Amino acid sequence: MKLSNVISARFDKEGSTKLKGYREDGGYETFLKVLKEKRDPAQLIDEVKTSGLRGRGGAGFSTGMKWSFVPKDSPKPKYLCVNGDESEPGTFKDRQILEKDPHQLLEGVGLASYAIGAHTAYIYLRCEFKQGIATVQKAIRKAYEAGLFGKDIQGSGYDLDVHLTMGAGAYICGEETSLLNSIEGVRPYPRNKPPFPAVEGLFACPTIVNNVETISNIPHIIKNGADWHAKLGHAEDPGSRLWCVSGHVEKPGVYEAETGFKLQDLIDGPCGGIRGGKKLKAIIPGGSSSKVLLPDEVAQVTMDTPGIRAMGSSLGSAGIIVLDETTCMVDAVLNLMKFYAHESCGQCTPCREGTPWIVQILERIERGEGREVDLELIEDLASNIEGRTVCALADGACWPLVSIVKKFRHEFLAKIPAAARKEAVTA
Amino acid sequence: MFSADLVTELEEIRGRFPYPKAAMVPVLRRVQEEKGWLDGETQAWVAEFLSVESIEVHEVVSFYPMLYGQPVGKHVVHVCRTLSCDVCGGKELWKHLEKKLGVGRNGTTADGRFTLRAAECLASCGTAPVMLIDNERHENVGPADADKLLEATS
Repeated sequence: MKLSNVISARFDKEGSTKLKGYREDGGYETFLKVLKEKRDPAQLIDEVKTSGLRGRGGAGFSTGMKWSFVPKDSPKPKYLCVNGDESEPGTFKDRQILEKDPHQLLEGVGLASYAIGAHTAYIYLRCEFKQGIATVQKAIRKAYEAGLFGKDIQGSGYDLDVHLTMGAGAYICGEETSLLNSIEGVRPYPRNKPPFPAVEGLFACPTIVNNVETISNIPHIIKNGADWHAKLGHAEDPGSRLWCVSGHVEKPGVYEAETGFKLQDLIDGPCGGIRGGKKLKAIIPGGSSSKVLLPDEVAQVTMDTPGIRAMGSSLGSAGIIVLDETTCMVDAVLNLMKFYAHESCGQCTPCREGTPWIVQILERIERGEGREVDLELIEDLASNIEGRTVCALADGACWPLVSIVKKFRHEFLAKIPAAARKEAVTA
Repeated sequence: MFSADLVTELEEIRGRFPYPKAAMVPVLRRVQEEKGWLDGETQAWVAEFLSVESIEVHEVVSFYPMLYGQPVGKHVVHVCRTLSCDVCGGKELWKHLEKKLGVGRNGTTADGRFTLRAAECLASCGTAPVMLIDNERHENVGPADADKLLEATS
């Protein structure tokens, strides 16, 4: 298992958060070169498109494609918003960038803003990131003092203001249109699309919302070229990603690797295998909203979009949650459903009402008061929630739920009293 | 209501946005740090500061778990209850703190020192279990570690 170090290269360096060290390592040279040469923004967008970079927040949409949707002729100001609301269960990579190499992110903010024609960028961080907020705030101040942000940067004629703002503990704000409402100071309900933010986003102006890790890739891509990036890892889904491994492994943590590796190799190699020599029971591979994988699927799956799609799941936010044989899957899915029920913003009825109903049914099974028909009821509820809401939170609740009930049906049945089994009820 | 220094700081935050209302969450977080929680008077002050109606402030305060519309103890303890933490000792940590503090979810100790709250994923799953004390993150927290941390919090 080969690890890589594009995004994490400077994480463990002494003073990795400081502007001086970043510049000594060649930092901001790419941004300043782009400004000095007055590079054509359209060409930068093409470069990112050709690089094959996909968004690292979970949905995996082509970053360059997203940028290209910003209307060129709009008289309105354009905005870049960096999504640092990292709260998908099992995901803890963006926080590493914020706390360990903020200038890498800020250089990406400069380049991305220039490419889309934005003169104002907001970095949106969840308020629980106390250290990340302090580190980024200081980095922004240092960048201004060094003349890297502000008016007429280094005589280039390009102006860019970069501001920090924050959420207050709501998972939904990681959804890009919810994030925009959060910044605007209204209740952060997700918006209907279209219009997409690229056309009508923050303050009704063209806006690009990109994840922290996505933006941190931009300086590397512009510096080394699209072809360099396109050759990293799997051809259809290239790049070097930060994979977050948590749960029952010997060495949990963030590991950077190019796409296309075997999940089993990551678990057995860098992660040191399952904790205490126990057996693997299941892995949720892409943050809690992805479908669960069984050990035989884990043994085969490669970590790239086509590879994981073949197993019916997704890479999502690269949050890999490892569960060993001691885990009760009824407990595990109940825990996740409580999360979604709590985090449902309440805007759409199927999600607001449906997710707590699922929690109630699972609690009933957990208490030993469930019925076998409850398993069909769960599936029925899920099919009436999924796809019927403004945003994908409800879908993200249903995918792990249905996959866990299906793949671990025997564990649910084991908690259902014999008298409530189908054969007893129909007899 | 607030010192001149704090008002200057809040004005700087407000100035980051084309409309004052957009400073809502960062301003509320900052004044909450000062006041402990967001009582009606504070919300009314923020409404005026941001040129909005009080109800618009209340709509936001009542939405976010990290904006406190109710009184809290001197220190707020958040324990992550989401899956990765829960299967790595988070459940035990929660039970321990409930017992030690003698309160349930959202409860405040009789002496007003601590409020115990459950948090959803705090993005620190690799160092589970995780808790926050007054928004300061603590990782790999076993029950004995929690005891020490609480003792050190005055």
